[in-house]
Amino acid sequence: MSEGQIKKFMYVNRKAPHGTIYALESLEVVLIAAAFDQDVSLAFMDDGVYQLKKGFNTKGIEVKNFQPTYRALDDYDINKLYVEKEALEARGLTQEDMCVPVEVLSRAEIGKLMETQDVVLSF
Amino acid sequence: MKIAILINEGPYTHEATDSAYLFARAAIEKGHQVSRVFFYHDGVNNSTRLTEPPQDDRHIVNRWAKLAEEHEIDLVVCVAAALRRGIKDENLAPGFRISGLGQLIEAGIQADRMVTFGD
Amino acid sequence: MLHIVNKSPLDRNALDTCLATAQPGGALLLIEDGVYAATNGNAAAGKLKQAMGQMKVYALKPDLEARGMADRALEGVTLVDYGGFVDLVTEHATCQSWL
Repeated sequence: MSEGQIKKFMYVNRKAPHGTIYALESLEVVLIAAAFDQDVSLAFMDDGVYQLKKGFNTKGIEVKNFQPTYRALDDYDINKLYVEKEALEARGLTQEDMCVPVEVLSRAEIGKLMETQDVVLSF
Repeated sequence: MKIAILINEGPYTHEATDSAYLFARAAIEKGHQVSRVFFYHDGVNNSTRLTEPPQDDRHIVNRWAKLAEEHEIDLVVCVAAALRRGIKDENLAPGFRISGLGQLIEAGIQADRMVTFGD
Repeated sequence: MLHIVNKSPLDRNALDTCLATAQPGGALLLIEDGVYAATNGNAAAGKLKQAMGQMKVYALKPDLEARGMADRALEGVTLVDYGGFVDLVTEHATCQSWL
């Protein structure tokens, strides 16, 4: 394995925000990953699509609002964000509800994309 | 092959760290190298030296430390996740080291395979 | 690609999403509570049998034994030990844990 090798990393998010810490802490991984110049994709499936639902207001639950960090991803050249079509539909959400630009893919299309990755990390 | 492992959950509450340990041990028995085990989220709790499980049950923290020592496995605990959960050098078990998330990415880049164990 | 599911099909939707996403030609390994899907009479058995048409399905035997379910393993599911788990990881270029 040589220095400067570029691998395809996919981060799979399937959990809703706030109920558990996975959404926040996986975002922290992605930000660090940006420094490594790898080929990064984020896939939001199942309840993970809720992570991108715009308009978080966390004052009432007194936790830090980390949603602005999703918007910062583009500054780090992380802009391959894929959202599962079936998951949006099952939750009454649309692409317009997302806080950042995303590409909506079917599960099968996400599955095909997964097959092309070198490393798939789940949180 | 060089195999890296990510563990997302703490000891005893979830089976994740048990599965990961038995997997790691089997990988070594098969002649593979377990290059790094990265502990994230509640997984950092696998590294505290303060656990006192019942005597007649497995000692999860110690057996990771022992496996790591015998087979030169790098046990890395994420600093950010550790600080959130009160794991610091002063209560870190021997055999583990605290470092940044970059170590997880580096493990993914350098290993041939990476397996995640979690909830 | 190797897909690993560790949660019970009646507790989480991980198996459902995995089966709907996974491409033909891969492998599915059930571990921890995920092994319940590979037992006779489980509500997910039908789905799993269908999946066998597209991919090889494995279950971790020690997890079935721990749960007293090893004698009820679904026909067509290959039981493996941790060594077999390792082989599956090395045989497939990449793996995804459906947590």
